[in-house]
Amino acid sequence: MGEVLTDAFKQFLANIQDYAEMAVRSLANLATGPRYFQDILDQMDDIGVGSLPIVLMAGFFIGAVMVLQTGSQFTRFGQTALTGDVVAIALVRELGPTLTGILVAGRSASGIASVLGSMVVTEQVDAMRAMGTDPSRKLVTPRVLAGILMLPLLTALNDFIGLLGGCVASVFSLRLNAVEFWTRAINALDFADIMQGMMKPLVYGFILATVGCYKGLTVRGGTQGVGRATTQAVVVASVMIIGADLFLTKLALYLGDKIF
Amino acid sequence: MTPAPHETGTSAVVTFANVRIGFDEGDVLRGVSFEVMPRETLVLLGETGTGKTLTLKMAAGLLKPTDGKIEVLGQEVSAMGERELLPYRRQLGFVFQEGALFDSISVADNVAYGLREERLSEEEIGPRVREALRFVELEDTGDMLPSELSGGMRRRVSIARALATRPPIVLYDSPTAGLDPITAQTIITLILRLRDVFGVTAMLATHRLQDGFALANFRFDAESKRVVRLTQRENTGAGRSENSEPITKFVVYKEGRVYFEGAPEELAESKDAYLQRFLV
Repeated sequence: MGEVLTDAFKQFLANIQDYAEMAVRSLANLATGPRYFQDILDQMDDIGVGSLPIVLMAGFFIGAVMVLQTGSQFTRFGQTALTGDVVAIALVRELGPTLTGILVAGRSASGIASVLGSMVVTEQVDAMRAMGTDPSRKLVTPRVLAGILMLPLLTALNDFIGLLGGCVASVFSLRLNAVEFWTRAINALDFADIMQGMMKPLVYGFILATVGCYKGLTVRGGTQGVGRATTQAVVVASVMIIGADLFLTKLALYLGDKIF
Repeated sequence: MTPAPHETGTSAVVTFANVRIGFDEGDVLRGVSFEVMPRETLVLLGETGTGKTLTLKMAAGLLKPTDGKIEVLGQEVSAMGERELLPYRRQLGFVFQEGALFDSISVADNVAYGLREERLSEEEIGPRVREALRFVELEDTGDMLPSELSGGMRRRVSIARALATRPPIVLYDSPTAGLDPITAQTIITLILRLRDVFGVTAMLATHRLQDGFALANFRFDAESKRVVRLTQRENTGAGRSENSEPITKFVVYKEGRVYFEGAPEELAESKDAYLQRFLV
């Protein structure tokens, strides 16, 4: 029993080591050639443009729900005007980046894992290596870079659409003035909030792309293995994003106090 | 198409010296040694799981042996790191068992892949791709996706992809596995043509003896553009000229070791019970 646990723990550590090595290499590859610019653009299109509809829809609804929830509390104190402040801060600091991260993880980490996993089981990755291509450069780096570049942009759009959803809900449900909502929402935000909201998705993009790539490239066991890797990629990436959120929030609050 | 650059001397192009490889379940190859001479075709025979594919993957540097030495084109592949292996592998052609074509890009892009990796200009790549596809008689499929092709056509595209970079050595991993006899014959004819037109050295893993004998007994005549039966065979590589007949050598694996190594006639005349299983 003890031996089994020791072996499992060793395997766990070995996996973390392999993941860390792959993640570091994916960024280190950028320093030297060859670079695959077309693949980077393709991945930016897939992760960025491809995720746009779900991110925008979810953003709109979550903004509207936030207004309904907070508005019902503020109504008790006759302070419904504060709704814009709360929604703006919650969306920009926390909900926007984390929700975007989890949504894109659900869509793209799984997509990355299934594509790369299928390539592994059909020997396409070996064929690539056999023709002198480094899969880390051709497959991993473009996806990681696209994740890092696209997540902040998606988050910014999610924040805006979230506020728009909040505005619509506050106008129709709380009978607030739209101009007042936007003015309070914008005035409530300071530079530290924006920085926090834009720093997090950089890390989330890195996490979801590297986890997707790692799970895909380490697929074992044919098509069943691809299915398993796809599920694991979403679960691991989502949990890592939420875990990272805790530390990033603490770091951002600390930096916000020190710098701004 | 210009013939591939290849050595015409008598030193071995591929050398395996006491090569071992194993996984958690134990050793698959337990000290395998053989040589492949220039323009020679080595047919690796063995039952499933005897390490034929592993041998080819080790020759291409896709896997590392746990022990022993592998030299290909004068380079010690078994001692090279991944960074050195990438340019090394561009000198080889590798035809995978199921073709392993990139399924998200067109047939033409698949064939052009190796040329783009060599940073050739698109003006050079276009004619080379058409030439390679014409060689496998699939010139009209360039714009199609691999999923739109039949299994046999995918193998032919895989051969076109392997020959596009004009490698001096081509490794074939069970190129006829799972194909009907007529399609399998088409693939073998292509391998014959590649050998006899371009003079490539080849290693072919198969469990079908008839593939090996077809390579041993026939050659492609460039003048008549037909496959003709060999009339005379040289069984030694010594003193061979450019025009000499192709040499085919068989290596049979059993339980992780080389069980038989020799000419097709020796294999055909063998009374050994294990070898007889392949002859039936």
